[in-house]
Amino acid sequence: MGSVPFFFMSASSILIQFLNGLASASSLFLVAAGLSLIFGVTRIINFAHGSLFMLGMYLAVALAPMLGFWWSVPLAALAVAAFGALVEATLLRRLYAAPELLQLLATFALVLVIKDFTLWAWGPEDLLGPRAPGMDGAVRIAGLRYPEYDLFLIGFGPLVLGALWFLLRRTRWGTLVRAATQDREMAGALGVNQRWLFTSVFALGALLAGLGGAVQIPREPATLFIDLQIISDAFVVVVVGGLGSIPGAFLAALLIAEIKSFCIGLGYSKITLVVEFIVMAVVLIVRPWGLLGRMPAQTRGPGALELPLALPSRNALVALGGTALALALVPLLSAGYTLVLLTDILVFALFAVSLHFIMGPGGLHSFGHAAYFGLGAYGAGLLLLKGGVPMELALVFAPLLAVLGALVFGWFCVRLSGVYLAMLTLAFAQITWSVMFQWDAFTGGSNGLIGIWPSSWLSSKTAYYYLTLATCVGAIALLWRVLYSPFGYALRAGRDSPLRADAIGIDVRAQQWAAFVFAGLFAGLAGALFAFSKGSISPEALAVPRSVDGLVMVLLGGIQTLTGPVWGAALFIWLQDVVSRSVDYWRAVIGAVVLFLVLVFPQGVTGFLRERFAR
Amino acid sequence: MLEVSGLNAAYGRAHILFDLAFEARAGEVAVLLGRNGAGKSTTLKSIIGIVRPLAGEVHFFGRPIQHLQPYQIARLGVGYVPEDRRIFTDLTVMENLEIGRQPPREGAPRWTPAKLFELFPNLGRMQDRLGARMSGGEQQMLTIARTLMGNPRAILLDEPSEGLAPVIVEQMVRTIRELKTQGLTVLLCEQNLHFARQVADRAYVIEKGQLRGSGTLDEVREEYQQV
Repeated sequence: MGSVPFFFMSASSILIQFLNGLASASSLFLVAAGLSLIFGVTRIINFAHGSLFMLGMYLAVALAPMLGFWWSVPLAALAVAAFGALVEATLLRRLYAAPELLQLLATFALVLVIKDFTLWAWGPEDLLGPRAPGMDGAVRIAGLRYPEYDLFLIGFGPLVLGALWFLLRRTRWGTLVRAATQDREMAGALGVNQRWLFTSVFALGALLAGLGGAVQIPREPATLFIDLQIISDAFVVVVVGGLGSIPGAFLAALLIAEIKSFCIGLGYSKITLVVEFIVMAVVLIVRPWGLLGRMPAQTRGPGALELPLALPSRNALVALGGTALALALVPLLSAGYTLVLLTDILVFALFAVSLHFIMGPGGLHSFGHAAYFGLGAYGAGLLLLKGGVPMELALVFAPLLAVLGALVFGWFCVRLSGVYLAMLTLAFAQITWSVMFQWDAFTGGSNGLIGIWPSSWLSSKTAYYYLTLATCVGAIALLWRVLYSPFGYALRAGRDSPLRADAIGIDVRAQQWAAFVFAGLFAGLAGALFAFSKGSISPEALAVPRSVDGLVMVLLGGIQTLTGPVWGAALFIWLQDVVSRSVDYWRAVIGAVVLFLVLVFPQGVTGFLRERFAR
Repeated sequence: MLEVSGLNAAYGRAHILFDLAFEARAGEVAVLLGRNGAGKSTTLKSIIGIVRPLAGEVHFFGRPIQHLQPYQIARLGVGYVPEDRRIFTDLTVMENLEIGRQPPREGAPRWTPAKLFELFPNLGRMQDRLGARMSGGEQQMLTIARTLMGNPRAILLDEPSEGLAPVIVEQMVRTIRELKTQGLTVLLCEQNLHFARQVADRAYVIEKGQLRGSGTLDEVREEYQQV
């Protein structure tokens, strides 16, 4: 179908697109409602919610041939609920007192494990689901054929909304849930057993996700990519509707699904994301906490107290200089794979340090930092291949694309904080990824761009290694230096107490926005270096897992240390290199390692060491 | 029935309570007197388990409870009324009461919403009102009523007179006396001497997390005025 201006659509096709939107909204609402419910009570944003959706889809597809479609849907949902309860009881329960960031990381590790489990159990092929018996026909609506099953879905969403309303408003369990959402400590002091309550809430949230996935199988195939697609859609819905508001989730799901439906109906399916983005942006400007959301209570005074970032001692500086010098001597000893690995490590060290800049001293927990890395990488590739710019200039100007992205995204992000910010950064990164993934003509789509090689004088591994070494060491030194400038101190003041910083005349938002853009610049530089070192670039460079890689590096090294992210990056890249070469399901292994680290060191590795050695 | 000994507590690196020891005997009203920041609230939070004590023991009917979770302590019959009230503002009066509800307990007065509305007639007239739309005094009544729904044997009251109009404070005095008549043990934190002396059977003075004196209210009065 070609593009049709809106006013040329017939009334009947407008109606059909409208109905399509309603049908898609139902499934989206189920996922977002579950996410909202779980967050409300446990204060954990469940990154793995899209994975539970995916699990629901695969389970329903697998069960349908044995039990028939109508039995497979509820059973798949129940199985996902049981799995959710198990995850809560064995894993998340231990993390309720842990820092927010580690909780998010743990649920992301689950994403990796569930993805590889699904791959192992059902293979990499997309699985087509059955049609719904008894509802596999079509009805005539305004002269056009419309699937019966979609009509069923249109009714199903409001039905679930009603059931949730009854559960939350008319049962003792629901009253307890609402009380715990507001003040779980007080509920506990009144004799409410939170453990049981939390497990049941998580199970219900998982049930909704699984159900959302299962009811989709007659409409779309089960794929391994759906998890992150759904979670970022759900994040958009929750941000637009207001976190913790079930009716808000319903309203936002309708809005988002209708937008998608009309963009597709008009033949502009590729701009869906852009329109979605604009809608989200408008909502956030007008109502920062979402359509039906409420402003979270602002904490007065200092939040979690962070130790001041000490100036590195003379010895530490000498050690760092010595490390750089030693790195400069490596090519004399080895010219092979070691250099390739070290180049990777340097690039990701810069990436991690730029992320740490906004996360540690800035207190902005970005879950989408790979967007700027990827924009830098694509910027380099596009300038070289499409712009005909020499490689040296491409390297210099490519990070500006990342700066542009950070300027736009950052403007919205600094208006939010905490988990809202994390969700929004992730949603932006996912949107950037989708644009790169879908824009075949310009970015090469899923294949990406190839032939991004450095100029001939830099083409040897050794020469490129020296370029990377010089650039990354210089950039990292600059980032670190800025942390001890007045700008860096103002940034930390804004993190520790936004109210007090405001009161002494610091424009906290402006500082954070500037930091966001500054970090984006260096992430983009890392991305450009990465592109030229590999000779190609694919959408994977800015996919969500890459963002999480960065988080793991920073957390591994210690978020409130100066040099930690560099060591974290080195360890992570080395580990990934070893694991991915020797194990098929390396994602699951990385996920398991992260889960292990989070469970054993719920205060972070450095927090653990600090406590250990401070005594 | 409620005995505290050697209690130490801290927030992070700030040590708040130092070797506190005191008791509340069955059916009496014991008062912890202290100025702002003396550690009264922390003491009550340590008893209910919201703050985990560094050291020390809390015995309730001879049973050590300091290692239990707050909900377990509450289910043994310890009621807690926090200073800042912590009403569930999104919930109605009846729903707030529902959160506190526990099964009837042997040896403790048995409360129902109807009985509580006799004690707090105001609440009875606003059963469907949201917590957010109540005045401070009404919230204070609700927070006590909510705790009583758990049919406690002992109740911890954190500065119930704070910020209330004199008329309401008088009502609070009558309420505490009524609770005592019903057989409840009351542990009360106060800095309002006038209020405390109308209800106290036994008093302890706390300053900077340490015990300064104990006895009847008249006996400790001078010590309290010095701190």
